[in-house]
Amino acid sequence: MYIYDEFDRTLVDERVREFRDQVARRLSGELTEEEFKPLRLMNGVYLQLHAYMLRIAIPYGTLSSDQMRMLAHVARRYDRGYGHFTTRQNIQFNWIKLEELPDAMADLARAGLHGMQTSGNCVRNITTDQWAGVAPDEIEDPRIWAELLRQHLTLHPEFSFLPRKFKIALTASAHDRAAVKIHDIGLRMYRNGAGETGFEVTVGGGLGRTPFLGKTIKPFLPKRDLLSYVEAIMRTYNQYGRRDNIYKARIKILVHELGAEKFAREVEEEWHSIKDGALALDPAVVADIAARFHYPDYEELADNPPELAKAREGERFRTWLANSVSNHKVSGRAIVTLSLKPEGGPPGDATAAQMDAIAELADRYSHGEIRVGHEQNLALPHVAQRDLPALRRALDEIGVATPNVNLISDIIACPGLDYCSLANARSIPVAQEITRRFRNLDVARDLGRLHINISGCINACGHHHIGHIGILGVEKNGEEYYQVTIGGRADERAELGTILGPAVPYGEIADVVEDIAAAYLELRARPDELFIDTVKRVGVDPFKERVYAAR
Amino acid sequence: MTSPLQQKLKITGPVVVTANRLGDGAVVYRSGDGSWTEELAAAAVVTTTPAAMELLTAALSDKLRAVDAYVAPVELTPHQQVLPGNLRERIRFNGPTVALPGES
Repeated sequence: MYIYDEFDRTLVDERVREFRDQVARRLSGELTEEEFKPLRLMNGVYLQLHAYMLRIAIPYGTLSSDQMRMLAHVARRYDRGYGHFTTRQNIQFNWIKLEELPDAMADLARAGLHGMQTSGNCVRNITTDQWAGVAPDEIEDPRIWAELLRQHLTLHPEFSFLPRKFKIALTASAHDRAAVKIHDIGLRMYRNGAGETGFEVTVGGGLGRTPFLGKTIKPFLPKRDLLSYVEAIMRTYNQYGRRDNIYKARIKILVHELGAEKFAREVEEEWHSIKDGALALDPAVVADIAARFHYPDYEELADNPPELAKAREGERFRTWLANSVSNHKVSGRAIVTLSLKPEGGPPGDATAAQMDAIAELADRYSHGEIRVGHEQNLALPHVAQRDLPALRRALDEIGVATPNVNLISDIIACPGLDYCSLANARSIPVAQEITRRFRNLDVARDLGRLHINISGCINACGHHHIGHIGILGVEKNGEEYYQVTIGGRADERAELGTILGPAVPYGEIADVVEDIAAAYLELRARPDELFIDTVKRVGVDPFKERVYAAR
Repeated sequence: MTSPLQQKLKITGPVVVTANRLGDGAVVYRSGDGSWTEELAAAAVVTTTPAAMELLTAALSDKLRAVDAYVAPVELTPHQQVLPGNLRERIRFNGPTVALPGES
């Protein structure tokens, strides 16, 4: 856990006081909606179809058990008893009343939580690997660098009114769990040939109506230069990014129109004027931030303890272990993923009761720490392997032990037209129906790793372009239709999916997914060839033929 | 963003003016007496462009009780019951089409 200091607490408390005053002035009529809207957006407050929605940042996806309890309290006291974990390590409450928002924010602030920079044309919540600090393949903990960037870019006066929103993600593992290539800035930590650790910097990634993967503009950036180089990118964007057309305002359009090489030259020029100034990182500053990340004092444990060996005799446990438990960098420990994708459930939602129970289990089994991933699942990062049998039973009791992590029913979905004022079509019922079609986990396991992403509109909050199967809801003559892409992926080999063919109506979309799954089973070269690899090998045409032959 | 008053209104059937209540965001409809109601049945239904424009103009001049007013289609049943005119409005009126977490 990162331990916030007095500066952070003061900042958040001051923001709550400001917002309380702003809400009072809006409710009294002293502020018009035009004046108030940018103020509420700066605090993550949107007006959706049925109510106000509050988005709260979970920096680098790390939550303490006390913070989770506070989220449960807010869900229960101010909302309708649940929250929605998003694809960017945030949580959203869908039914908050404006009149009660200042109290809700004050309660959240007591746990160090807030909605600052979760909306608006500023640098949004900086995301990273949900396994940061415990992943066996990690170079070092990327959260230290995410926190550095968070501190530098929070309320940064030069970057509080950018042409458009700005998203940064980091990974420090060979396997990218943070989807860095679809971010405005993606940072991949690695060790170069000389043994130095630094960052590969990509820019201009993003989805929405004009999807692009990030392009590498700096193959290796030394750690000392992280802030100055990011500052140079943002200054270049701030100077040249378009403000006349919202659809062309993201940095991805600028990079595309200028060309990555020219954009890189502009950044380089700016960077050289600032790189040796105040933003050059003093190792003592980095060490100070690193020191504020508290790591558990693990007791020494061996891998595969007798409790685990005994539990393996049970099939249900074995299935869950193989699916939801991952290797930890410390022997005798494990990382446990909690599926928020039960059969027939809304992806990413958790009730207040589940949040409280997860907090309790985190205290008992995970040194009080919980992680949130962009796949809309949670994780307990510090579990002793001997505790896995008891933990599985407890997770099963609260409905978060479905062994479907990374399988076809582990669907990433935005709230869609059931909640969102931007959406054209529903996402949640589509996801629910697909999970029912693939409720048989033997079938799902046979299909293997297969990510479905669903967005209810072109803004792509469900990241449909990078789903192995991507589903985009559109509206045609008042009816919901769904366009399907296949072959997208979000990891270190990121790719955008290819459109399969004409959109299909709501009533057929789950059938289409079944057809694609059936085609894959026939087309795969061998049982362990993943769906995504089969698509890469055979292309989309065989899938297209299967889906559209009967339509 | 273009103001609703600057948008071209082309009314081809019955419509109401709807918005979200300022204090809690709840869906509300403009009634004939200039108040806001949660009951679609109590909303003022108009069928011509001038009448819709008049209703919307009055709604938008209310800066305190409701936010983001706009014209929305409705359907009238043979018994003159007022129903939301498209899926988005049905969802706004009835709530999400899925059970909320925690509901059985």
